[in-house]
Amino acid sequence: MEMLWFWLVSVMVAIYVVMDGFDFGAGILHLVVAKTNEERREVLGAIGPLWDGNEVWLLAGGGSMFLAFPKVLASGFSGFYLAIWLVVWCLMARGISIEFRSHLEDGLWRHFWDGAFAFSSVLLPILFGAALGNVLRGVPVDGSGYFEMALWTNFRQGPQPGILDWYTVLIGVFALVTVAGHGALFLAWKTEGAVHDRAKGLAMKLWGAVLVLWIVASYATSAVNPGIFHRLPQAPLGWVASLIFLAGLALVFVGLKRERFLLAFLGSGAFILGLLAASAACVYPVMLKSTLDPQFDLTALNASVGSHGLRAGLVWWLIGFPIAIGYLTFLFRFHRGKVKAAAEGEGY
Amino acid sequence: MGDPLFWHRLQFGFTATYHYLFPQLTMGLALVIVVLKAMGLRTGEARYNDAARFWIKIFGINFAVGVVTGIPLEFQFGTNWAAFSRFSGGIIGQTLGMEGMFAFFLESSFLGMLIWGEKKLSPKGHFGAALALWIGSWLSGYFIIATNAFMQHPVGYTHAADGSLQLASFWAFVLNPWALGQYAHNMIASVVTASFVVAAIGAYWTLKGIHPEQARLNLRAGTIMGLIFSVLVAFPTGDISGKLVAKYQPITLAAMEGRFESGPRANLTLVGQPNVAQRRIENPIQLPAVLSFIAYGSFSSNVKGLLEFPEDQWPQNIELLYYSFHIMAGLGTIMIAIMGLAALLLWKSRLDTARPMLWVLMLAFPFPYIATAAGWAVAEFGRQPWLIYGLLRTIQGGSPTVNAGHTAFTTLGFAGIFVVLSVLWLFLIGREIAHGPVAHTQKA
Repeated sequence: MEMLWFWLVSVMVAIYVVMDGFDFGAGILHLVVAKTNEERREVLGAIGPLWDGNEVWLLAGGGSMFLAFPKVLASGFSGFYLAIWLVVWCLMARGISIEFRSHLEDGLWRHFWDGAFAFSSVLLPILFGAALGNVLRGVPVDGSGYFEMALWTNFRQGPQPGILDWYTVLIGVFALVTVAGHGALFLAWKTEGAVHDRAKGLAMKLWGAVLVLWIVASYATSAVNPGIFHRLPQAPLGWVASLIFLAGLALVFVGLKRERFLLAFLGSGAFILGLLAASAACVYPVMLKSTLDPQFDLTALNASVGSHGLRAGLVWWLIGFPIAIGYLTFLFRFHRGKVKAAAEGEGY
Repeated sequence: MGDPLFWHRLQFGFTATYHYLFPQLTMGLALVIVVLKAMGLRTGEARYNDAARFWIKIFGINFAVGVVTGIPLEFQFGTNWAAFSRFSGGIIGQTLGMEGMFAFFLESSFLGMLIWGEKKLSPKGHFGAALALWIGSWLSGYFIIATNAFMQHPVGYTHAADGSLQLASFWAFVLNPWALGQYAHNMIASVVTASFVVAAIGAYWTLKGIHPEQARLNLRAGTIMGLIFSVLVAFPTGDISGKLVAKYQPITLAAMEGRFESGPRANLTLVGQPNVAQRRIENPIQLPAVLSFIAYGSFSSNVKGLLEFPEDQWPQNIELLYYSFHIMAGLGTIMIAIMGLAALLLWKSRLDTARPMLWVLMLAFPFPYIATAAGWAVAEFGRQPWLIYGLLRTIQGGSPTVNAGHTAFTTLGFAGIFVVLSVLWLFLIGREIAHGPVAHTQKA
């Protein structure tokens, strides 16, 4: 049961990254791929109806972690205190930027929100990537089950690293480039004309960079946490996940080459989903690795709640998850086809 | 000030109070919009859809601010209240998780369709989007209230080997009697807020002599709903909430009333200032034996005073608790009076020309906001010194590794962000009100 919840939480978080990833990507790139007001409204029109639902995956995933592994949530959120609040403030700025921009037909007003949208969209994946980096590297959890970490120290590895060190920033940059590539494919799929052409051109370069960064990041991960890939050969789920992300990566390049952007976008989604699932398989059952002593690790087994709660949660999860997927399908069908910039006062 | 707990509490109280200024309007407005869209569908009259269109704009701005100010609350469980989360996450994680799964997905999926979809969707489809937002936001309300109710009156739990709480009965937890009472009271209060806002806009346009048809419609809708729901918020739902406090938190009841001595035929204090050091109410104006009746249904019932309980069980901030309760109850009474009078004038067809009454309606819209904030202050100050009543004290709930410097920093950050948000909100809402209702030129 604990193992099942470990995977449910991992899958929810991975879906979150895939879903919010493409609207982050759109935010990262919009100043570059969309030059005029009309073009920026095209980008916002593509993600506007979806971003809020995408973000719910974070809250639903966080809620699932809260109910199944409260000790991990308590330890991680209080330990990453300042980084978490930077994330929250960026999420707030982003939401307001998307929702308020179209209210005023004024150049300065819109430039301001464009800037806020781009800034928060760049910072968020770096921070989320750094969070993943911390999970892979480990944090100084002690016998109390808690840890305290500065936002940064000297950017080196050691028993008391900062939340940001060279490794976690590297993972952050990897995340940034990956979701930018993911967003570029989404925009190439959903838009036409100048935005489409620019997104297409960028996607090729970004995915080249993803490939390089993926190799560098994997090498760095094995340097920082030497045993991490040892589990992979014995974990069947890890094999499946690895196949998914490799297939996804191949699809991205095939799709780009044949100009089938939906295919490439699905490929980049599979790449992100598979890579995160493979990471989860590598660390399982550890959820927060201790840099001090392995006996302090918070794992799916020692940090979970009792079985009644897990079973009750599973029942409503099995009802709620298909409903959520149903809404998602409905939304994508409702907004199918290429996006047009909305008329003034009638959309994002 | 060097105590992290002070900052944790200040931060949660501040961010939660600020956040709830927005959902209390949107939850109530969602119902108003559903009613307006339903009337539009039934009668085919454009004025209902025109009114709905205006309120959907107001709804959209408030909803956006509600969403972004709600995110920090979810995170504070883990960041600032780690010990509390560790202790009770196995229980309250259930409702918080369900809120995401069943309420937020529903709301976020249909929000865009409600706000921008009137031309794209059929009239029935647009009504459906309004319905989805209403159901979603009211579900969300239930999950939050059920979470809070567990902290007020914990049920359905058991202790695990390490002392933390485990779920023992899902349904006992989700159908906590406290949650049912508090939910009814709170959701009806949200409709009161929306009604006062709708009536205030109607009164404003009437006084200015602009948008006459819409002014009349809003005035009418706001007054009728305002009267019904301000009565319901007091009776039966406020009454039920009071009896729940009397039953499960008798110390809180005593502190709310500033009652120190026990005894039958307890007086209800209308006005007076609690002097906790001297253990008495100063300058009291009281109704004899009424508190006994309200709390236990009989004038002769014994109502315990604070002195009957050990002092370490008393809420720490008795003065604030006392005033919060009296402000809530006082404003509740005034609101019933305002809406009663307005409804009477409406019935006599004189409301449109009764300028003093229109002034009152236009200026009274902050009352439900203040009463709601005060009501939540009663619930939260009244729960002290417990974080989970009888199980976990507030001083045990904070994050052990987060110091005052961290939390002061983020609290001040929120103060800055909320100033900016308030200015933006005022500006955008002001613009929408100045724009007024816009008729659709082309039918979808």
